[in-house]
Amino acid sequence: MEYLKKYPKLFQWLFLLIVFFALCFAIDVPETYKFIRGQAEFVKDPNQSVYFFLGKEVRYYAFDVFWRLPPLLGWLPIWINDSLFFLMNEWMPMEFWNEDTQEFKTRPLLLEISRNLTSFMTFLIELIREILLGGLETIVAFTSWDFIDAYPWLELPGLPWTIVAAGAAILSYKLSGKGLALFAGLTMIYISIFGQWKPSMQTLSFILVAAPLSFIFGLGLGIAAYKSKRVEKALYPILLVMQTMPQYAVLVPALVLFGVGDHAAVIITMVVAVPPMILLTILGLRAIPPEVIEAGRMSGCTNWQLMFKVLIPTARRDILIGVNQVIMVCFSMAVISAFIGAKGLGFNLLLALNQLNIGLALEAGLCISLIAILLDKMSLAWANKQTDYFGNLTFFQRNKNVIFFAASFVIGIILAYVGTFIFKGSFNYLFEIPHNKGISTADFWNKGVDWIFDTFFVYIKAFNTWLIQDVLQPMRALYLRMPAVATLVLAVGAGYLIGGVRSALVVAALTLFIALSPWWDRALVTLYMATFGVVISCLIGFTVGTLCFQNKKSAAFMLGVCDIFQTFPSFVYLIPVMMLFGITDTSVLIAVIVYATIPATRYTIEGLRSVPVGLHEAATMSGVNKFQRLTKIEFPLAFPHMMLGLNQTIVFALFMVIIGAFIGTEDLGQYILKALSDKNGAGIGLTLGICVAFIGLIFDNLIRTWVGKRKKHLGID
Amino acid sequence: MSETVIKCESVYKIFGQNAKKMLEESNGNVDAKTFQERGCIVGVNNASFEVAKGEMLVVMGLSGSGKSTLLRCISRLTDATGGKIFIEGQDLLELNNKELIELRRNKMGMVFQSFALLPHKTVVENIAFPLQIKGTNTEESISRAMEMVKLVGLDGRENYFPRELSGGQQQRVGIARSLAVEPDIWFLDEPFSALDPLIRKEMQDEFLRLQEKLQKTIMFITHDFDEALKLADRIAIMKDGIIEQLDTPANIVLNPATEYVRKFTEEVPRERF
Repeated sequence: MEYLKKYPKLFQWLFLLIVFFALCFAIDVPETYKFIRGQAEFVKDPNQSVYFFLGKEVRYYAFDVFWRLPPLLGWLPIWINDSLFFLMNEWMPMEFWNEDTQEFKTRPLLLEISRNLTSFMTFLIELIREILLGGLETIVAFTSWDFIDAYPWLELPGLPWTIVAAGAAILSYKLSGKGLALFAGLTMIYISIFGQWKPSMQTLSFILVAAPLSFIFGLGLGIAAYKSKRVEKALYPILLVMQTMPQYAVLVPALVLFGVGDHAAVIITMVVAVPPMILLTILGLRAIPPEVIEAGRMSGCTNWQLMFKVLIPTARRDILIGVNQVIMVCFSMAVISAFIGAKGLGFNLLLALNQLNIGLALEAGLCISLIAILLDKMSLAWANKQTDYFGNLTFFQRNKNVIFFAASFVIGIILAYVGTFIFKGSFNYLFEIPHNKGISTADFWNKGVDWIFDTFFVYIKAFNTWLIQDVLQPMRALYLRMPAVATLVLAVGAGYLIGGVRSALVVAALTLFIALSPWWDRALVTLYMATFGVVISCLIGFTVGTLCFQNKKSAAFMLGVCDIFQTFPSFVYLIPVMMLFGITDTSVLIAVIVYATIPATRYTIEGLRSVPVGLHEAATMSGVNKFQRLTKIEFPLAFPHMMLGLNQTIVFALFMVIIGAFIGTEDLGQYILKALSDKNGAGIGLTLGICVAFIGLIFDNLIRTWVGKRKKHLGID
Repeated sequence: MSETVIKCESVYKIFGQNAKKMLEESNGNVDAKTFQERGCIVGVNNASFEVAKGEMLVVMGLSGSGKSTLLRCISRLTDATGGKIFIEGQDLLELNNKELIELRRNKMGMVFQSFALLPHKTVVENIAFPLQIKGTNTEESISRAMEMVKLVGLDGRENYFPRELSGGQQQRVGIARSLAVEPDIWFLDEPFSALDPLIRKEMQDEFLRLQEKLQKTIMFITHDFDEALKLADRIAIMKDGIIEQLDTPANIVLNPATEYVRKFTEEVPRERF
């Protein structure tokens, strides 16, 4: 009884667990229950039950409601689909002037908007693409095909790769200095020599359109939300869901609205990249000290000047993190949107992975990662750059970068021209090295993979079998054994114990949505894979983080490593694991672990770092040893921040689990992938995406509420 | 007495949702307690005074006494709930946004307790900022800012960033910035409170030297009674939003109007007056 009084929370938790397990044992598995492997939901079967809602027929396998809730939300995907089609094809028909046929034509409003948006995006992408690679679409856009037929020489020639490489190096030099310039030059040369020029420039042109647009929209909406509470309230739920929404899931609705190709990819990238930008803009603007704003006002700033000359530069640091996020998401999407027909490195990467040509995939992945790192560093340098009024510079000094670029431009053209003589009859290597004419290391890697496979096959296989048979399968069976009601009780109980009635209600609503969707079983499988990944990631991340923290240099080094790993597009992680473990759940899980360990490590180091120096000194003076200091002082104080790391780890793990569907898993991701090739896939894809997002949000809500309370209790913040 | 620059007529600032309505109902008799019970906080309560050209009025009060709020009403960083404020005869509360910006660009300068420098600009860029906001071209604004750098004794540090400067140096930048547009009215909101005692004394002397030269009309906020005595032409002592006494330093020390004011003056050696 004494213990009960001392630790009331502990007993509440114990009670909750007892109820949960009692429910698990009390509710038997129905005899007819089996995990549905195929797409049985779409097959008519006499054993199914049927109900109608809003005129939609929903079929499902009925079980005891305690075991699995009936999919009362089964009509939602069908309904979303029908609404989308109605909006696109029938809603608000209007007369629009058609330039080509010179007459009015009746079209639904949304279709017309989508067409115009599409052609605008296509124009932007083609413009940059043709500056880099050459082509005639841009000129056609201003004139007509007939015009081009009459003047065939008008085609944009494209820049020789030497000029682009020199340009990148000079720009990097101007932004940051010699180091970055060297990196930029080497990256470009590498890309060119290894024959990845064309796909790289295609990807680059996609990014150079998507990233700035996402930045502008994110900043604009962030400012709007900062200025108006109403806008913020309207945006907030969308932002929250988008933070945990898997990127796959948004592809399918985009397919319906904007069709296939680079333009749809840009739009979809914006949808994914804008939310974090908005959040970070709001965060940065909120953190500005009020006196700085007053100082701006007293200097006589208009509202416009106050925003762009005072507020945004002062909030630069957070906005910058936003830019980083945008670039990260853009590269990640550059690969994923290859599913909806975007060209470039992503397409090659997916193709190579599909053919199990690990060497080719590795080359494409390396290129995309190098460009990602380069752009990331350049944007950082750009934001940190200061203008310099002083020193009486000569004309040459002031314009030396422009002069150098002009010089390299001329030299590049001369080289390309000379090249036409040197490489007569074959490819002009000084202009552009074609895809199949570069040096390829693919064979080397493939042979390496084969060698690893031949040499270590026994061990890898043994490990694989052990993991799948003795760990993963039982764990999965356990998760699937949970009755719906027991899971609900556990989630709601945890919500209540952590955050009171409010949290309990939020968690209940989120869990119910998933439970009432037709994919509860799949959600459990997703959850089991994510849990496995998160547990191991956290073990590794917390350990590595703690060890690296012991030394300032190693901590900084580790954070740098985290930065670089985070820049890699998420798909790239699949390459090395497929090299080693082939197409199995093990591959997916290892990719999940590697990817999700990044935030776990980062937040551990940051959390431990944030422990005030004064406390260290106080502890040292009390005579604690290093270990005591860690366990008694640093861990308890850093724990809230580490829990935020856990939150991020869960989000990262869910992302990777869903992407892992590409390798082949039996979770929600598999259905999202299937929805991509289904003509009625938009509703399914979106609903599935929301399910995954809600899994993330359940944990997000619980962890954040707990951290908030704990921080208040400790008096941090 | 020379011409009046700042004139306040029963200024009220009350925070809360129906502040305006409650103020109207109270007929000018604002009682902080009854207001608080109804969810409103009284910042400034019936402040009336004038500041003449070239005069330095120091507003003294402990934290929460409403002195900063009063200053923000007069600079219209917040809108007063009731009363009238005149700047050189112009009704401040009647100005539209554009006129207000014009007034701030040409007539007002303000120094802040936490310096409020722009972290992304160097010393000279910070000082030139109000000029550039006005539309002065880069060359002219920078050369004017360099004059200000010399005036506050920061030569050689013009290309430093605020984070590279000590507190005293940062506040020198703040002072230079507020003077760059050559304002007639100078607001200082506890400018030296965040500084070490030695530096504070040095800055006070520097400030007096500047004022000797510039002869601005000044409202200076402080919570330090000694500072008020040292600098002021006249002192206003505030408590709970009410101006307890407004008089010359000598009169305040020798004839305190209320018990509250007397407590401050107890420690001051009378020989100084």
